[in-house]
Amino acid sequence: MLEIKNLHASVNGSPILRGIDLTVNKGEVHAIMGPNGAGKSTLSKVLAGSPEYEVTEGSVKLDGEDLLEMEAEERAAAGVFMGFQYPIEVPGVANSYFLRKAVNAQRKTRGEPEASSVEILRAMKKAMAFLEMDAGFRNRPVNVGFSGGEKKRNEILQLLMLNPKLALLDETDSGLDIDALRVVAKGVNSLRDPEHAFVVVTHYQRLLDYIVPDVVHVLVDGRIVHSGPRELALWLEEHGYGAIKAGDAGDAPRLEA
Amino acid sequence: MGNDPIDTQLSSSYKYGFSIDIEADTFPPGLNEEIVAALSAKKKEPEWLLQWRLKAFRHWQTMTEPTWAHVEHPPIDYQAISYYSSPKDTDGPKSLDEVDPKLLETFEKLGVPLHEREALAGVRKVAVDAVVDSVSVATTFRKELEEAGVIFMPISEAVHAHPELVKKYLGSVVPIYDNFFAALNCAVFSDGTFVYVPKGVRCPMELSTYFRINEAMTGQFERTLIVVEDEAYVSYLEGCTAPMRDENQLHAAVVELVAEGSGEIKYSTVQNWFPGDEEGKGGIYNFVTKRGICKGNRSKISWTQVETGSAITWKYPSVILKGDDTVGEFYSIAVTNNRQQADTGTKMIHLGRNTTSTIISKGIAAGRSDQSYRGLVSMGRKASNARNYTQCDSLLIGKECGAHTFPYVDVKNSSAQLEHEATTSKVSDDQVFYLRQRGLSEEDAVQLIVNGFCKDVFRQLPMEFAVEAQKLLEVSLEGSVG
Repeated sequence: MLEIKNLHASVNGSPILRGIDLTVNKGEVHAIMGPNGAGKSTLSKVLAGSPEYEVTEGSVKLDGEDLLEMEAEERAAAGVFMGFQYPIEVPGVANSYFLRKAVNAQRKTRGEPEASSVEILRAMKKAMAFLEMDAGFRNRPVNVGFSGGEKKRNEILQLLMLNPKLALLDETDSGLDIDALRVVAKGVNSLRDPEHAFVVVTHYQRLLDYIVPDVVHVLVDGRIVHSGPRELALWLEEHGYGAIKAGDAGDAPRLEA
Repeated sequence: MGNDPIDTQLSSSYKYGFSIDIEADTFPPGLNEEIVAALSAKKKEPEWLLQWRLKAFRHWQTMTEPTWAHVEHPPIDYQAISYYSSPKDTDGPKSLDEVDPKLLETFEKLGVPLHEREALAGVRKVAVDAVVDSVSVATTFRKELEEAGVIFMPISEAVHAHPELVKKYLGSVVPIYDNFFAALNCAVFSDGTFVYVPKGVRCPMELSTYFRINEAMTGQFERTLIVVEDEAYVSYLEGCTAPMRDENQLHAAVVELVAEGSGEIKYSTVQNWFPGDEEGKGGIYNFVTKRGICKGNRSKISWTQVETGSAITWKYPSVILKGDDTVGEFYSIAVTNNRQQADTGTKMIHLGRNTTSTIISKGIAAGRSDQSYRGLVSMGRKASNARNYTQCDSLLIGKECGAHTFPYVDVKNSSAQLEHEATTSKVSDDQVFYLRQRGLSEEDAVQLIVNGFCKDVFRQLPMEFAVEAQKLLEVSLEGSVG
């Protein structure tokens, strides 16, 4: 589904990504781990089309289509969703209104008929109940005055409503208590099926207890330096990134060739 | 006043003959006493009004244009403006059938489908007193209003039909000496609207006047006077559009509101005059004086405005809270883009006891535009327990625009309470990216952010106006990003 080849990207002229190769197939969950400043968040933002970054080399294809040629909103309509590490506040705009706008903007771009307010409201109520969100969130302005956990739940609500083929979750676990983490994972897992794919960016293996990945990649200095099965995350927690950073993965679990 | 040299001069009757052809559809450019007199004669005005105009004109000649506003423009040549122009065939059309189809067509383009409104009258009634270049051409629903006792007519007609009311209230809120532009308006006001709602009457429909500036180089000097008696209520909508043109146009209107007894006036404006092109060429100078007085105890005046147009806006709708327990409100959205300049705000003058005022001002600046909020809250010696709440928010789009806030406070009573909140924020790249990531186009994203920012004010607008206002914001901010 997603094919990244030799991706280089920089911000204000300084390179962050220095040659990423990554293939994510339908139905897979890939975790991206790595130390601070390795480029994990950059990778998701570049894939989502943030104008902050400049792609200097490489290619990214989504189901064979050139993702880098698309505007951010076109990527969204093509099925790329990014869960933000720091969800943005939009004062004065009710959550429900925003979701209706977003769902229908994507449908319009894809040439599909727009959903009615009633349809969207029904879906929203269902998703909110599933995510154990208070009904009051419907009318609250987007992320304004939300706690960290509420913001992340709200991201997952958007994820469920927009139902993308590829979800990029950027540090979705940061600032979450264990209950919120469980709910967020429940939301993500409910979408797991042979059609959906996930790239989960995280610092800690804790999230991966709840969202169990098929593959774990270690990102260091803008490159994926090591890839392994789910157990790699546990190994990393024990040994840290130091050894891998130094180029000596030792007995770290690795993918079968 | 008796010793005032101007007064003395006024007591002598007008001594110049006419050199102006008052049958002409358009007067030649220029302003002098002859023009003022010809204008008055053209409208067959009574002597008192002619004298009032001349008094204002003579005073205006002694005044200079105000320079304190945070706006810049080349000097205005008042002698280059024609002070009267009327559409063709204005021989008092009695119904829409008699109105020039071309004009009706224009109204259609402006979104003022009179026929449709009439047909829809059973659902939601909006009476439109349409003003095209200085002369009212169509007035609807007058009959139903008459039955309710509501007077809604061009002010030029009211001068003849209700001279006692016009004489009593004209200039009573904005005196002829008030300011440069108001004095000019008094001298040469062309036409406008008069509304009178008698005691105990709730006006059965929202009253609406669409203004439109039509002919090039014709200054517009509208005059609006709205009076409600005790326990009466009216909601008045003012909306405007203008076609593209090159010459700058001066617009200096005066709006006076009088709430007697416990009367209430809600005055809403959507202003969308031509703002000039991207370089600021053309566009209208909108120098307006709007003021209301809450005379009676428990009366209320509310101004709501959405200002998206004009090259330059100079406008401070104000309320004098004279009666006890009176309420003044000002809700404003001002949008400037490209080279537009706006210096706008309000004055709340608390004179009575337990008076309350609320000011919510939302300014949105984009492009290379510049805008200022200028507000005065004054609490007089006798205004015990007066309260004011002011919230001034500015939203900047892009890096080349400017927003300024000039709040003035003058409190002479220690029991007064004032609250002032002000914020300045930017439409951030992060916000726009977030919304685009969810599927919205860049323009829709900015639109959504702007609409959210303005929500507190949209809420105050009558329903159909709120929809129109949101559309206007979209149009005004087109191309402001990217």
